[in-house]
Amino acid sequence: MAYLDHAATTPMLPEAAEAMTAQFAVTGNASSLHAAGRRARRTVEEAREALAEAVGARPSEVVFTSGGTEADNLGVKGLYWARRDADPARTRILASPVEHHAVLDAVDWLATHEGATVEFLPVDRYGRVHPEAFREAVERNPADVALATVMWANNEIGTVLPVADIAAAGREYGIPVHSDAVQAFGQLDVGFQASGLAAMTVSGHKIGGPYGIGALLLGRDQTPVPVLHGGGQERHVRSGTLDVPAVAAFAVAATLAAERREAFAREIGALRDELVAAVLAAVPDAVLGGDPHDRLPANAHFSFPGCEGDSLLLLLDAQGIECSTGSACTAGVAQPSHVLLATGTDPDLARGTLRFSLGHTSTRADVAALAAAIGPAVDRARAAGLS
Amino acid sequence: MTQNPQPRRPLRVLAAMSGGVDSAVAAARAVEAGHDVTGVHLALSANPQSFRTGARGCCTIEDSRDARRAADVIGIPFYCWDLAERFREDVVEDFIAEYEAGRTPNPCLRCNEKIKFAALLDKALALGFDAVCTGHYATVVENPDGSRELHRASDMAKDQSYVLGVLDEKQLAHALFPLGDTITTKDEIRAEAERRGLAVAKKPDSHDICFIADGDTQGFLAKRLGKAEGDIVDEDGNRLGSHEGAYGFTIGQRKGLRIGHPAPDGKPRYVLDISPVDNTVTVGPAEALDVSALTAIKPRWCGAVPAAPGTYTAQLRAHGGETEVHAEVVDGELQVTFTEPVRGVAPGQAIVLYDGTRVVGSATIATTTRAAAAV
Repeated sequence: MAYLDHAATTPMLPEAAEAMTAQFAVTGNASSLHAAGRRARRTVEEAREALAEAVGARPSEVVFTSGGTEADNLGVKGLYWARRDADPARTRILASPVEHHAVLDAVDWLATHEGATVEFLPVDRYGRVHPEAFREAVERNPADVALATVMWANNEIGTVLPVADIAAAGREYGIPVHSDAVQAFGQLDVGFQASGLAAMTVSGHKIGGPYGIGALLLGRDQTPVPVLHGGGQERHVRSGTLDVPAVAAFAVAATLAAERREAFAREIGALRDELVAAVLAAVPDAVLGGDPHDRLPANAHFSFPGCEGDSLLLLLDAQGIECSTGSACTAGVAQPSHVLLATGTDPDLARGTLRFSLGHTSTRADVAALAAAIGPAVDRARAAGLS
Repeated sequence: MTQNPQPRRPLRVLAAMSGGVDSAVAAARAVEAGHDVTGVHLALSANPQSFRTGARGCCTIEDSRDARRAADVIGIPFYCWDLAERFREDVVEDFIAEYEAGRTPNPCLRCNEKIKFAALLDKALALGFDAVCTGHYATVVENPDGSRELHRASDMAKDQSYVLGVLDEKQLAHALFPLGDTITTKDEIRAEAERRGLAVAKKPDSHDICFIADGDTQGFLAKRLGKAEGDIVDEDGNRLGSHEGAYGFTIGQRKGLRIGHPAPDGKPRYVLDISPVDNTVTVGPAEALDVSALTAIKPRWCGAVPAAPGTYTAQLRAHGGETEVHAEVVDGELQVTFTEPVRGVAPGQAIVLYDGTRVVGSATIATTTRAAAAV
């Protein structure tokens, strides 16, 4: 088996699993006042401090959520509502067109239900938003912008976006900028305070932590309107009893991800370069997606002309090679990737894409298995053509 | 001859899984027979977002999930393939155009001919599969020379060879119907699914046209073709009433004519003819529906083209009975004479010819000759 889909989810780190299972045996609601509650609260707060340290934030800026999707929804919808409530003229949302669906569908929803106007910022052929483009969009009417949301690095094609520059420009105009850093965390230096962002999303299971836990890093001056109403456990902007085992394990994984980031980027980046070279050697007309240099070290993305991504996936899966077409699914049906379409990729070419993403368990044997299988698979998929 | 021949080597099989019980059990049986099976659910609807209940088809998120769950339990890889565009072009648009032309199409035949055993089969073969497996009730028989024949299912009550009558020998060579060669009631199939741990065991049967979610064919056609008021007339051309689109009628239809006054003889009246050119529907007595002969076009043969005129049995609609016919191929068209007149033959439907239980071929009914006129 060659698991090359770490961007979908990566195996849990043993240290995180250990922290989680240890907590399963402990009783305590972190909101309770008695000894058991205090014990749970202490675990949560230590985890909060550890996560804050790992992402360059203050502990008070950590809002635990059920994962990346909820954090994106809270960041985008919550800030939109708060800004619009403070000033009804602020209904314009600036967004990159290459966002994950957790952001894309949230801003779409705000447009259809909450009177938002969504303006998608132009991107270059690598899917990158340029700070000047952001500035231009703001300048058209700085007074009507509610917020901007631009991901740190793209989950499909791996391109890194200049989030800090955009956040700095946003601050000049007093516009909060949210960034989905789910893929970037653990691979790039995502210092929250240094970035100048108003809000930033991270997720547990992409860095070797558990599923169902994530966080919104939220600047102390930001008060988004809650998406979930209830006990107000997290800074009164997020309600729900905290999942203590998941929080504890997330913090362990985050600490290790931050500690190991540089070595990971170097070693996995080299392995990724081998993978890219091997694929291009086997399939010379394959097209590498995203920025060839300024990209996530663990990401490789290709378009294979004349192939259906679904066909390639099936053929590689049958060979024990697990990867992704990189596009979102509805009822399991692949749609052409909005990311590739935004970068101006030919729609037919965009149908034949595969994303290979490496992680902490990846080996040269994984790359060798792919190198051996990809050529024949592409030949076969080409014979099957585009249906 | 061997029934549903066991191959010498295991085949790489692509099992089309609709999310229903039949195709799930078929896939499970293919695995049990030693084949290397991969499940695939065909997304055929342009709008797969619906969770509709009641009517079951093959295009909902729920069906796709049911198919996936069945594949999980059977232990085979599973994928969804988007064939919505091909399906729209080859089945849905054809369906609408046929009704518009005053004919009554059968979209299931069309889907088998153009989608399951063409688009899907071609892709499967190109990807290295040997066969496509479905949950149809029909039997494949292999002759000593390796040629294949399609026969009715062992259980005549479940037989679906009619909707497979469009398959030619090449398509048949790559078809696997694991349900066809056992006498199995629906209850037994459900029991088998239950035994195999398949949750679809209790799922209701699909009866409707899968791309018309609410079963309202008239409403679907009206939306696509618009309302076009026209006359309902008797055989002498007397105006009896009006309709909102001639395409909404089928030859032999009795209900829904909404004619105010009864016929002079008090007997019920039936649709005899649909004329899209002048948007007129002609009605008359049941006897006038009797047909003595027909011409059918675009024949497809399951094996050799019959060289000489011959006597066959024919089936004229899904779940229809058999009737004896004399048939011959003239200038690429099928000329059929009925031994006894048959009632209510709708142009657009398929006629499938059988020699005993063997499917000889099929063709699309184009014109009919009224028995009364022959007298």
